[in-house]
Amino acid sequence: MPELDPKSGPSPMVRLEGVTKSFGDNVVLNNLDLDVAAGENVVIVGPSGSGKTTILRVIMTLDQPERGRVWVGGDYLYHERRGNDLVKASQNHMRKVRGQVSMVFQHFNLFPHLTALDNVAIGPQRVLGLPKAEARRRAMELLERVALDLQANQSPDQLSGGQKQRVAIARALAMNPKVMLFDEVTSALDPELVGEVLNVLRELATSSDMTMLIVTHEMGFAREIADRVLMFDEGRIVEEGKPDDIFRRPTQERTRSFLQAILHH
Amino acid sequence: MTSELRAQGVPQGVWDWDFALEILPQLLRGLVVTVQATLMGIVVAMVLGLVLALARRSRRRLISWPVGAAVEFVRSTPLLAQLFFLFFVLPEFGIVLSPFLIGVLGLGIHYGCYTSESYRAGIESVPRGQWEAAVALNMAPATKWRRIVLPQAIPTVIPALGNYLVAMFKEAPLLSTVTVLELLAASRNIQSVSFRGMEPFTLAGLLFLAVSLPASVLVRYLERRYGYARA
Repeated sequence: MPELDPKSGPSPMVRLEGVTKSFGDNVVLNNLDLDVAAGENVVIVGPSGSGKTTILRVIMTLDQPERGRVWVGGDYLYHERRGNDLVKASQNHMRKVRGQVSMVFQHFNLFPHLTALDNVAIGPQRVLGLPKAEARRRAMELLERVALDLQANQSPDQLSGGQKQRVAIARALAMNPKVMLFDEVTSALDPELVGEVLNVLRELATSSDMTMLIVTHEMGFAREIADRVLMFDEGRIVEEGKPDDIFRRPTQERTRSFLQAILHH
Repeated sequence: MTSELRAQGVPQGVWDWDFALEILPQLLRGLVVTVQATLMGIVVAMVLGLVLALARRSRRRLISWPVGAAVEFVRSTPLLAQLFFLFFVLPEFGIVLSPFLIGVLGLGIHYGCYTSESYRAGIESVPRGQWEAAVALNMAPATKWRRIVLPQAIPTVIPALGNYLVAMFKEAPLLSTVTVLELLAASRNIQSVSFRGMEPFTLAGLLFLAVSLPASVLVRYLERRYGYARA
């Protein structure tokens, strides 16, 4: 892929260029190329351990790739330009680029020592530098948006799994990200709580212009909100396309067997 | 004063209430010194322990390695030797500190090296997901430590700090070796003047007990409050 430059015309919101990541002998991302357009909702499906979560973690800088480049919203994440060269990015550069991204985790990762409201307000206040009152007001609005304004002063251990995950979504939204990463956000929930979280995601997918990368096993949901579905296996994209094509008319045997297994379990 | 009491002729080996009452104020002054040294020592240990724990976690080997070596060195040598070092060697470099300050520093540094290990364990007990959430919120390192990691790590350290506080209190008599007039040194002085040991040393033991026992109860409370209630 050609090198991107912020000065030259329209570019993707997220681009992975030849990204390789392995843990020991296990290659989880194998020379991966991927473009995601601004505002696009991309759903990533695939068997466990296929590396789909690692894609998100690399974009969030939680796992650093061994090779390749990652572009987010106008700049490289792990590289910065010095003269005509791309060199390893400084911590400052990485933080600046990373600020456009936020992430929601499978296990919520709420801060247990803070109330729901403070979980959401801490980013705007301590990272974006908003005045405390302003940060809390914004946090309250976001809690209303996920229908948890009544739980604002409860601590995370007083909330159900679904409520925790909605707080976590509000917390990520509070950072005003251009790119949102959702890592199996319903996998740790009791089945009856999955719906309330998917409803929030559905609302975000249809009403916001954020770019969303969603790793999920909820195929019905994926089909509904995805602009594009990626079938991922063994560190590579096996197949990609419109949801209807992937789910109804998969061309790859690997996709067919995966869908068989997951839809008839 | 004590010589008068001896003159009254209460035989050795028989408890003398008048003598005991007379020496009590002197012993209490010693107890105050012991308590002060312990409390100031634990403050030094708490602050130093945190600094050492953070330095030892540093990604720069030039910081983490020497700090780690120093901590192990202090933990592996006796407090008494460290007190002597501060008392006899620092003046050779022109650093003259009061005996009390040397005592506080000695206790603080020695126990600071122990508490640094407790802090390390506390920091490591903060789940990985918390660090990752801090990254996902793009927190600067200082914000991450101050707002996320330490507020969760420090409560797990409190019971250990309480135990060190009690241990430190009981080791404070070592300060008598560098001429700090704490409780045990006061008892020893009384004995050497009066040649009566039973009253001063018994009272000293009771006074130590009078502080340690409530302190142990407090430590047990702290353990219940912070120890395992946080799942």
